[in-house]
Amino acid sequence: MHPILKLIAQRVALGLMLLFAASILIFGGTMLLPGDVAQQILGQSATPESLANMRAELGLNDPPVARYFQWLGGFLQGDLGTALTNGRDIAESLGGRLKNTLFLAFWAALISVPLAIFLGLLAVRYKDRIPDKLISAVTLTTISIPEFMIGYVLIYWVSIQMGWFSSVAIINDSMSLGQKLNAIAIPVMVLTLVVLAHMMRMTRAAILNVMQSAYIETAELKGMGMLKIIAKHAFPNAIAPIVNVVMINLAYLVVGVVVVEVVFAYPGMGQYLVDHVAKRDVPVVQACGLIFAAVYIGLNLIADIVSILANPRLRHPK
Amino acid sequence: MSEPLLKQPLLQVRGLKIGATVYPPGERPHAIEIVHGVDFDLEGGKVLGLIGESGAGKSTIGLAAMAYGRGGVEITGGEVHVNGRDILQSGLRDVRKLRGGEVTYVSQSAAASFNPAKKIMEQVTEAAIFQGKFSKKEAEARAVALFDKLGLPDPENIGERYPHQVSGGQLQRCMTALALCPEPDLVVFDEPTTALDVTTQIDVLAAIKEAIRDTGVAALYITHDLAVVAQVSDHIMVLQQGAMVEYGTTDQIINNPQEEYTQALVSVRSIAHEEKTPTDTPLLRVENITARYRGTDFDVLKDVSVDLHPGQTLAIVGESGSGKSTLARVITGLLPPSQGSITFDGRTLSPDLPTRSPEDLRELQMIYQMADTAMNPRQTVGTIIGRPLEFYFGLKGKAKQTRIQELLDEIELGDGFQDRYPAELSGGQKQRVCIARALAAKPKLIICDEVTSALDPLVADGILKLLLKLQKIEDVSYLFITHDLATVKAIADSIAVMLQGKVVRYGPKSQVLAPPFDDYTDLLLSSVPEMKLGWLEEVLAHRKMESAGN
Amino acid sequence: MKNIPISALIGLFFTGLYFLMALFAPLIAPYGMAEVVGDVWEPSSSQFLLGTDSIGRDLLTRLIYGGRTTIFIATMATILSFTLGSVLGFFAAVSGGWVDQAISRFVDLIMSIPSLIFALVVLSVMPTTTFILILLMGLLDSTRVFRLARAVAVDITVMDYVEAARLRGEKTAWIIFREILPNALSPLIAEMGLRFIFAVLFISTLSFLGLGVQPPLADWGGIVKENKEGINYGIQAALYPAYAIATLCISINLVADWILNRTTSLKGGRG
Repeated sequence: MHPILKLIAQRVALGLMLLFAASILIFGGTMLLPGDVAQQILGQSATPESLANMRAELGLNDPPVARYFQWLGGFLQGDLGTALTNGRDIAESLGGRLKNTLFLAFWAALISVPLAIFLGLLAVRYKDRIPDKLISAVTLTTISIPEFMIGYVLIYWVSIQMGWFSSVAIINDSMSLGQKLNAIAIPVMVLTLVVLAHMMRMTRAAILNVMQSAYIETAELKGMGMLKIIAKHAFPNAIAPIVNVVMINLAYLVVGVVVVEVVFAYPGMGQYLVDHVAKRDVPVVQACGLIFAAVYIGLNLIADIVSILANPRLRHPK
Repeated sequence: MSEPLLKQPLLQVRGLKIGATVYPPGERPHAIEIVHGVDFDLEGGKVLGLIGESGAGKSTIGLAAMAYGRGGVEITGGEVHVNGRDILQSGLRDVRKLRGGEVTYVSQSAAASFNPAKKIMEQVTEAAIFQGKFSKKEAEARAVALFDKLGLPDPENIGERYPHQVSGGQLQRCMTALALCPEPDLVVFDEPTTALDVTTQIDVLAAIKEAIRDTGVAALYITHDLAVVAQVSDHIMVLQQGAMVEYGTTDQIINNPQEEYTQALVSVRSIAHEEKTPTDTPLLRVENITARYRGTDFDVLKDVSVDLHPGQTLAIVGESGSGKSTLARVITGLLPPSQGSITFDGRTLSPDLPTRSPEDLRELQMIYQMADTAMNPRQTVGTIIGRPLEFYFGLKGKAKQTRIQELLDEIELGDGFQDRYPAELSGGQKQRVCIARALAAKPKLIICDEVTSALDPLVADGILKLLLKLQKIEDVSYLFITHDLATVKAIADSIAVMLQGKVVRYGPKSQVLAPPFDDYTDLLLSSVPEMKLGWLEEVLAHRKMESAGN
Repeated sequence: MKNIPISALIGLFFTGLYFLMALFAPLIAPYGMAEVVGDVWEPSSSQFLLGTDSIGRDLLTRLIYGGRTTIFIATMATILSFTLGSVLGFFAAVSGGWVDQAISRFVDLIMSIPSLIFALVVLSVMPTTTFILILLMGLLDSTRVFRLARAVAVDITVMDYVEAARLRGEKTAWIIFREILPNALSPLIAEMGLRFIFAVLFISTLSFLGLGVQPPLADWGGIVKENKEGINYGIQAALYPAYAIATLCISINLVADWILNRTTSLKGGRG
């Protein structure tokens, strides 16, 4: 087998193991911690009888290991269990919300990724000059404010004061794409700002790192122009680090979505998760937690694989 | 642009001044001058050697011939004429035409200078093609011819490989091919053989020399090694701290240097050291050591046996990968051997560091190649030297201070060094402090691992002289690990030559360095550049004869 | 002191100001923390400098007390994450072998789940008390400190001067405290600033989601939650905590940047 395939197979196996371990952690975290779920759901005034019934209903009397494998088995077959609070099938409720969340994340990524790479290049091109410093100052600010506050600042200034776009982002299937985009304009802006800073900083660092290599000097001493050097010599070596940066930030974006959805009352998975944490609806929290973790681990895995694929030493072994 | 003049030299440098911006910690960045007005001419087809120690500004001057400043370096004054044009006054477009077309560059580290993501052929022919000198086909044919001339294996196909797929010596030749491919008028060679092993260096040097001669290209050959530059250049310019010290023909510089500094450079490593005879009982006896690193299935040391006598120096000589530094790790206990034993001062040493007695630890000290990383940057010289005194002898207060000063005097540093930090010392001073730290333990044996190879020749010379002096005073033994045969000749009493983990030749210095030689020792000894004209040709002719004889 | 750049001075000033305000909140604040003193969302006046909040409490007072809570929780969480992370990190680096492997892989696992998601999962079954919040944030964040501390220590342990100390026969404690720690301290202190910022953002986010500090206790995230409806009527009340967090975080960033730059100098000890 080509060594590169072996390496990738190893990484994928490692990713699956990590996901498996994460599922244990999420399940264990909700089941083994001291809080009594039944008590939490029914409140302090619950009678011992109703508590016992609740425990039986939740399967709390089974050994934890058996419950874990039952849960995981169901998960793998698409059965996420039923919500405690309203008794509805979780998979059904999640389906549409997951779609909405991905819709929001997709548009945010579509805008932020090219923009971040462009700004990163710009900062490198004008390193230590005004554009670079301006970009650093802006990123420093956005890094220092939590997502939800960027959200309200934008709602206040863009939506309320200027009257552009809607301040709540409620979408449904009957809306046209244009209507949907209008609804999510501000949330997308917020998410873009949130990941842009990190992504741009990291892109800048990655490109600078490549531009300081001796082979760039070699190209310069061949009399090549800057643009040509970047296209022919820097770019092939910068792809891997940039893809890495993008993936890591997309993973970050997935988490940012949770908060932004709450701010804009957007009907996505993040809001669903937060609502049910407050209601202490454990099956829902477990299901959402595992899905978020899977996306996060998956994106990091892609970043790893791209780095392997882009490494000429691995691609063309001796 | 100035008018091209008749009979003008290819390269004419006048009053060249080069500045740099430095960023000292805690201070404002400011500009300093690193080259203070240098003049020279170079005619077409000739080779000029630029020689000097680190900080002499030789690479900076070389790059100025391409109107290029590395990092924060900037050309601040003077004129550089190439083919009659002042390139410092030319626009960017003309400068780009010059770089990679008229003037090309060979760097010290080809491994870093080749783009890892592209095939060798593409990189070698790139400048020739886009500068419009040759078509792709012509350029590739030229490259193959150059690969052949430079003695690369399989010249037809080597260009299809990626840089990491060929060896360091081969890649350095590829870099030379890259520089010669566009048919330039001038090539700047910047320490092209410094990073190579000595037996590889001679081949690359010969290949470069032949290529220069056959193509009739002119060259600036930059190096710190006078013996190397003597083999390839017509003229030599000696530089010190950004100014010219002496300029002359190679013959004059080597055989009749006028300036004191040049004389010192020429006579470097002429330390005379009388070989001592072995005593009855060795201080250190290494017997049948075999060792490998954890997690590998390859023996780095194979059945190594050597003796070291009290008050003497055993030199372990070998190229990279010979296992010489691993031997030091085994003796110090950092790497327990899989087989064999070590006897030290009549006792069998425990193979593992944590189980050694304090006495063993004290009597066996080590000095490292990089003095920079061998000293804690957050400790003062006084603390660094004082710690072994405190640790082994329990010295405190006044007694400790006095002893530290004694040691500083012994290493010829004197007063006022106790409170300094390593970053405030020069390279040679740092290495001296490391020597003092080793001496503080009153050891019987000091392992010196390439202690002079990171230093400039004159500084290294000073360190070697100091080590010899200390050996006389303290009666300490040295296990001296080095790749540099000149150093070995200067200080060893006995020598072990290592190749691929084995000792291939071992004995008193006079025997090891006298014929008849085994093949490897012969190759190694004959590869060390000598400070005389025509040495390279002699060796090559000699080797040719021998191989014909076989 | 004269070499401190202006940006770091500004950072130091505001950082100090916020911490003093947190410390002396009861003395500075014009009203009581939970005291209803006016009408709903009154505009700013000489009586209420920043106006009043959604149930008529003085907003400036809420902000000052909120800062006290936010800064207290963030500080405690940072101290916890820092102590735990750096002790484990050094320990793993110096021990090496399976100890290092075991701790490092466990940290990888924790970090494979986004912190916020992990916190939400845990908070779905745990009571949201200040103690639990500090513990949770401290433990989650200690993984990041662990990684940095371990990386820095590993870089130092391969230095020849550490090997020289080993060859001399020095004990592990001496190697950690005398050889490694002095060289690792500066990057760790700079990191401490970043961890603190992260803790401020994190606790604010949790409170905003209603899963952090519980009312009537004020904290910056909670103030946003209480006043967010006002935004739609053009009332800025919910934005003030945003400005407070931003200025605090930027100030600390400036200080951390300065410490990091200062310590990249090779000059020993004195800089």
